[in-house]
Amino acid sequence: MKMFRALLARELRLSVRHGSDSLAALLFFVLAASLFPLAIGPAPETLGRIAPGIVWVCALLAALLPLDRLFGADLDDGSLDQILLSGLPAAGIAAAKACAHWVVTGLPLLLAAAPLAVMLRMPSEAIPVLLLALVPGTLLLSLLGTAGAAIVLGARRGGVLLPLLVLPLTTPVLIFGVAAADAASAGLSARTHLLLLTAILAGAVPLCPLAAGAALRGAAE
Amino acid sequence: MAEALLRAEGLAAFRGERLVLRDIDFSVPAGGALLLAGPNGSGKSTLLRLLAGLLRAAAGRMLWNGRDALADLAEHAGRVAYLGHQDAIKPGLSAAENLAFFARIGGGDVMAALAGLGLADLADLPARMLSAGQKRRLALARLALSPATLWLLDEPTLGLDAGSVEMLGEMLAAHRGRGGIVVAATHLPLPLPGATELRLKRAVVVVQ
Repeated sequence: MKMFRALLARELRLSVRHGSDSLAALLFFVLAASLFPLAIGPAPETLGRIAPGIVWVCALLAALLPLDRLFGADLDDGSLDQILLSGLPAAGIAAAKACAHWVVTGLPLLLAAAPLAVMLRMPSEAIPVLLLALVPGTLLLSLLGTAGAAIVLGARRGGVLLPLLVLPLTTPVLIFGVAAADAASAGLSARTHLLLLTAILAGAVPLCPLAAGAALRGAAE
Repeated sequence: MAEALLRAEGLAAFRGERLVLRDIDFSVPAGGALLLAGPNGSGKSTLLRLLAGLLRAAAGRMLWNGRDALADLAEHAGRVAYLGHQDAIKPGLSAAENLAFFARIGGGDVMAALAGLGLADLADLPARMLSAGQKRRLALARLALSPATLWLLDEPTLGLDAGSVEMLGEMLAAHRGRGGIVVAATHLPLPLPGATELRLKRAVVVVQ
């Protein structure tokens, strides 16, 4: 646990030093979502109806941006070898990386989603549900993304491969996440969708780091 | 001959489809040193990565104190300090911050480790400002920080000036004095008195 915290602290410190990388995902999220009103017109009824979808898809794509360098930088400069030899199991390393990705990318996306939803004229009663669904949602994006980033590590054109691998895996997250907000807009209970999202999260928490850890060991060879 | 702490029996390894190491046997006692020599591509780095547990052996086994060393990778990682071709230094962090993570894991004093390699003045300088030789010394300072018994060095003198090689020599002697083992791959003479030499050839190995 001590090693896990040390690695997490190191990752967060590196993110602060390379602040522009961390900020890029957030700015992409805000910009991409802001393009929709310009493209489809500012009519509140249209915009409000598709707002959850816009927020979710943009969050999904924004979360992908930093994944390419999540392990890539460490592989290139030899740090990955040193981290693998730190005595932390490879799955623990992947879990720390996923945590760092969530704190640096997932959490800011979650916070920026609220003003974006207001801007997109989402019904005010649906906004808390959207944010509530984004909590397990962003965690899932970090976990699945970390697993994907570890798997394509060392592959040529890994940056192109990564979205092709991760995006299909995130479809259930997208479906239930948007369905939760839609249900709330229609005045229905979003409980089922939120529970299903949490169930997927419960499965991903142990499985994704294990898969990513095995992939990291493979990449180091 | 003292009891062998580290022993390799018939190790073999692939790089991709090519068998680069075959029938590697050696043993090193506590406080001993092993020099890996051989032409480029003879598998020196591969053998070091294999001993570190980063690479899986295709055949053979590696024994530590008579027991299979690679059975528990996390435990093995605790006794290994590895210095690869790359310095594994983050340019955005200062010299001291680069070592902080490893100090938290293994214990040890960052400033003492930096001072041991003449980097005390540069502790707060971002690592991107360091020269290639200074980066190498920083990577060596990480080694000095580690409580590991088995040091695996891949071309440790790469880019070092004569004074730094001397400091490295003192470091290695102190480590061996504590009963540590050094396994180093090199083309240049290393300050390792009394080291056994293992000469690797392309997939054919002769122990001298």
